Amino acid sequence: MEAFIDIVLFGFLILTAIAIMRLRNLFAVVMLSGVFSLLSAGLFVVMDAVDVAFTEAAVGAGISTVLMLGTMAMTSREEKPPVHNRLFSFAIAVVVGAALIYGTTDMPPFGAADTPVHQHVGPDYIERTPKEIGVPNIVTAVLASYRGFDTLGEVAVIFTAGIAVIVLLHGRTRPARSADARKKGKDA
Amino acid sequence: MHHHLILRVVSKMLIPPILLYALYVQFHGDFGPGGGFQAGVIFAVAFILYGIVFSLDHLRRAVPPHVVRRFVALGLLIYAGVGVANLLLGGNFLDYSTLAHDPKHGQHYGIILVELGVGITVAAVMISIFFAFASRPPTIKDTDW
Repeated sequence: MEAFIDIVLFGFLILTAIAIMRLRNLFAVVMLSGVFSLLSAGLFVVMDAVDVAFTEAAVGAGISTVLMLGTMAMTSREEKPPVHNRLFSFAIAVVVGAALIYGTTDMPPFGAADTPVHQHVGPDYIERTPKEIGVPNIVTAVLASYRGFDTLGEVAVIFTAGIAVIVLLHGRTRPARSADARKKGKDA
Repeated sequence: MHHHLILRVVSKMLIPPILLYALYVQFHGDFGPGGGFQAGVIFAVAFILYGIVFSLDHLRRAVPPHVVRRFVALGLLIYAGVGVANLLLGGNFLDYSTLAHDPKHGQHYGIILVELGVGITVAAVMISIFFAFASRPPTIKDTDW
């Protein structure tokens, strides 16, 4: 049953990717990228990585679709026809894809118990979390406590990204007229 | 989007449950899947939905942009502040065990506080980015959608 779900999800993923490649209408492309993220989130659920699936669904399918739509509102709705040689792009895609697939052959099979990550770090966290943290969700214990410093860095990254967008786009809105002139005093 | 009656009615019904769900994800992250990142995004989505379906001016009245920008920094400050508090209490940076008598309780408090900081920053950044993009002049007319 799980293999069947995997095949269906991967099949839809490939179909979505092909549709994204072939479409020129950016609105449809943005929507299909949201669909792509949702399908990936489904795959993560099948792999029992619910926390990752949740993030993918909320961030990938949810907010980035909205932000892409907002970005699209500032540009055109149709993609320009490609100026590069399409054969060249195809060759690059094939080479990179082949390299990635070659890389996966060295990876342990999915769910294998005798891989290094399941021998040292994983069991250690599973054993220590109930004693030291007492939180049922071990993912949260690792993220917020054992790797708290990493997460602080991640929040700092989001903070910096937010500040960068505000600095880049704020104050360069519409030329100060009527409604904006009134607001400018408040916002500045 | 003034003429989309169904969208307006449905969003009005959806926004409160979305906010409630975000709070659930935020404060239940230590028991179930989720945490500050996801909760922050879901929380921001409720406001962004309000801004899209009603209008940017409505959203500005609900959450003024300059207030949201304060929250961008507040979340990170809460997170780093917990670490500094641990230092002052005699532990290592971000060693929550010092926050309470029982180290386990301390860890629990620390995780909740830190996740709250994450949630606040993520939600505020998402709303700020939406403000930044949406307040620029749209080249696509409302009827084109």
